[in-house]
Amino acid sequence: MQLSRDDLREAYTTMKRIRVFEERMRTEFQKGEMPGFVHLYCGQEAIATGVCMHLSDTDNIGSTHRGHGHCIAKGCDVKDMALEIYCREDGLCKGKGGSMHIADLSKGMLGANAIVGGSPPLAVGAALAAKTLKNKAVAVAFIGDGASNQGTVFEAMNLAVVLKLPVIFIYENNGYAEFTGIDYHCGAVDITTRSRGFGMPAVKVDGTDFFAVHDVMREAVERARSGDGPTSIECEALRWYGHYEGDPQAYRSKTEVKEIKANKDPLEIFKQKVLEKQLMENVEFEEINSLIEKEVDDAIKLALNSPVPPLSSLEENVYESY
Amino acid sequence: MTKMTLREAITDAMRVEMRLDPNVILLGEDVAGGRGGSGGEGEKSGGVMGLTAGLYTEFGAERIIDTPISESAIMGAAAGASLTGLRPIAELMFADFFGVCFDQIYNQAAKFRYMFGNQKGAPMVIRTMIGAGVGAGPQHSQAVYPIFAHIPGLKVVVPTTPYDAKGLLIQAIRDNDPVIFCEHKMLFAEEGEVPDEAYTIEFGKARVVCEGNDVTVVGIGRMALLAEKAAIILSKEGISVEVIDPRTLSPFDMDTVLDSIEKTGRLAVVDESTPICSYASEIASIAASEAFSSLRAPICKITAPHTPVPAAPNLEAAYVPSVERIVAEVRKISNYKSKI
Repeated sequence: MQLSRDDLREAYTTMKRIRVFEERMRTEFQKGEMPGFVHLYCGQEAIATGVCMHLSDTDNIGSTHRGHGHCIAKGCDVKDMALEIYCREDGLCKGKGGSMHIADLSKGMLGANAIVGGSPPLAVGAALAAKTLKNKAVAVAFIGDGASNQGTVFEAMNLAVVLKLPVIFIYENNGYAEFTGIDYHCGAVDITTRSRGFGMPAVKVDGTDFFAVHDVMREAVERARSGDGPTSIECEALRWYGHYEGDPQAYRSKTEVKEIKANKDPLEIFKQKVLEKQLMENVEFEEINSLIEKEVDDAIKLALNSPVPPLSSLEENVYESY
Repeated sequence: MTKMTLREAITDAMRVEMRLDPNVILLGEDVAGGRGGSGGEGEKSGGVMGLTAGLYTEFGAERIIDTPISESAIMGAAAGASLTGLRPIAELMFADFFGVCFDQIYNQAAKFRYMFGNQKGAPMVIRTMIGAGVGAGPQHSQAVYPIFAHIPGLKVVVPTTPYDAKGLLIQAIRDNDPVIFCEHKMLFAEEGEVPDEAYTIEFGKARVVCEGNDVTVVGIGRMALLAEKAAIILSKEGISVEVIDPRTLSPFDMDTVLDSIEKTGRLAVVDESTPICSYASEIASIAASEAFSSLRAPICKITAPHTPVPAAPNLEAAYVPSVERIVAEVRKISNYKSKI
C-alpha cells in the first residue's frame, strides 16, 4: 500500500470534503439561490483524490464541468470555491467563472471547463511547458466518458505521444455522457483500448477504489516525470446524481442508483479496507467527518453572506491593457 | 536598417524575439520543415511559405516544434503552455482553418483572463495567413479577421508593411493576452526598410499612409496598399485622399479615423472580408454615430461580396476590392451633393 497513516487520513479527508461539499451543493442548489448549473461529483471521489495525491502545486490539471472534486483534491480552499460557485466578489474568479469555470492557477488548477473535451489540449500544453522548462512538472487531463468521443481529445492524445509529453489522461467513466450510456456512445470496445491505440500505456481501474487509482497513478506519474511520455487511466465509477442537479434521470433505473450507493460508495470502501487492516480507527473517521461538516457549513454561510461583484467589474479584466 | 520583404520581416521578428526570450516557442505544421519521412535529419524548409526558415537550425527541436495536422491540439497546447510559463507562437497555416480549432481560441484562450478573475491571460500569438489572390479557392483565401475581432479577449493585428509586421509581431509576442496576427499572402513579397534590432509598435495606433483633405479612406491590411494607389490616381483628378491603415483591428484606433473625417467629411472603408458584420460595417457604424455632424456624404463600404472566395482567377479578381473600384467609389462620394 505504501501509504502512511497521515496519507490515509489525508485521502479520507479529501474524499469526505468532496462528498460533504457536493451533498451541500445539492441541497443548496435546490433552494434556488445558486446561479447557473451544478454538476455533482458524488460517487467519483476516489478518482480525484487518488490522482491528485501524487501532485504538487507546480503540477497542473485540466478539469471538466464536473470539476468541484478536482478543485478540492488539487488543494483549492472550499471557502474560495463556495464564494465562486455563488458568484461572489471574493470568489476564486471574482464571480465571473461560476461552478463550471473555477480555476486556481496558484494550485495548478487550470480551470473547470464547460466545454466537453475542452481541457485535454490545455493539459497537453501545460505538459509541453513543463518539458520545455525542464521543471519535472506533470499535467493531468480529467476527461469524462462523454468527452472521450471528442476530436480535441484524440488530437491531444496523439500530440502527447508524438512529443512524448509528461501528461496523464484520466478518463472518468461514470457511465453516462449527459443522458447517453457508454454502452451506446463508445464505438470501441472501451476507452482504454482506444487510448492504447494512440500508442501509450493504458489501464483500467475501479474508480471507486482509492487504492487502485492511487497505485496506477503512481506508475503513470513516475513514467511522466522520468520523460517516458503519457499514460491513459480509465477509472470506472458511476455517478450518483444526474448530469446536472435537477436532471430527472429518466435514462437510468432507480435500482442502479440504490445499488451503487449501497455497494460502491468510495468512502465506505476505503473505510472498510482501512479498518480491516487496522490502519485507522473508527473514532478518527468520526473526528474527520465532524471537522469537514463544519468546514463546509462555514464556507456556505460565508458565501451566502458575501457581496456580489460590483457592477464596475463588468468590463474589467477582458485584457491586461487595451 | 535592412531592406527586406514582409516575409523576411516576420521571420526576423520571431528570430530576434526568440533570442531575447527563451520562453518563446513556435509550434505548428511543418514549421521545422517536416520531421520524420525519408529526407534525413536537419532543417528541410520553413513551412509552406518559408516563413520559419532557419529557426529550427538556430533554436532546435525544443523550441521550433513540428506538430501533426491537429489544429485544436496546436491551439490548445499553446494556450495551456501560455498559462504555465511559456510565450508560444502557434501557427495556423491558413486562417480558414479556424473552423477546426476555434473552441481552443475563443472559448479557452480568449476567456482565461476574464473567466478566471484576472489570475492570468494567455500570452500567445496565433500567426495565420489570410487573403485572396492566388486562386486557392474557398477554403484557403478568406479574410476572416472580423470573426476574431468580434471576440472579447482576442487582439487582432493586420499588418501591411514589413516595418509594421516586425514591430507588431514583437509587440504581439510580448503582449500578455492572445493575439491573432494576420499575414496576407499577397503581401509577403512587399519590400521595405526594417531596423535590425527588436522594436515594438503599440497596438491601437493607426498609420496615416498619406494625408488628404477631401475623402478619408480606411484600408484594412492589403487594402491600405490598394487605397494608397487609388489616392495617387485620384490626386491627379484633384481629389485629395487621406489613407489610414489601422494596423490593428482589436484594439482599433477610431480617434485617428474620426479626426480625419472631421477634416474631410467623407469616409470610405476598404475591407477584403465579406460585407455582413464585416469590420467595414463596424467602422461605418461608429463613424455614423460619432462623426454624424461632420459627414457630408454617405459612408461608402468597399468590400468583397457576400460569397465564398471563388477559385477562378477572373472571378477572384472581381471578388477582391480593386484599385479601379476604390477610385470609382471614392470619386462618387467626393462628388456627392446633399439635396438638403
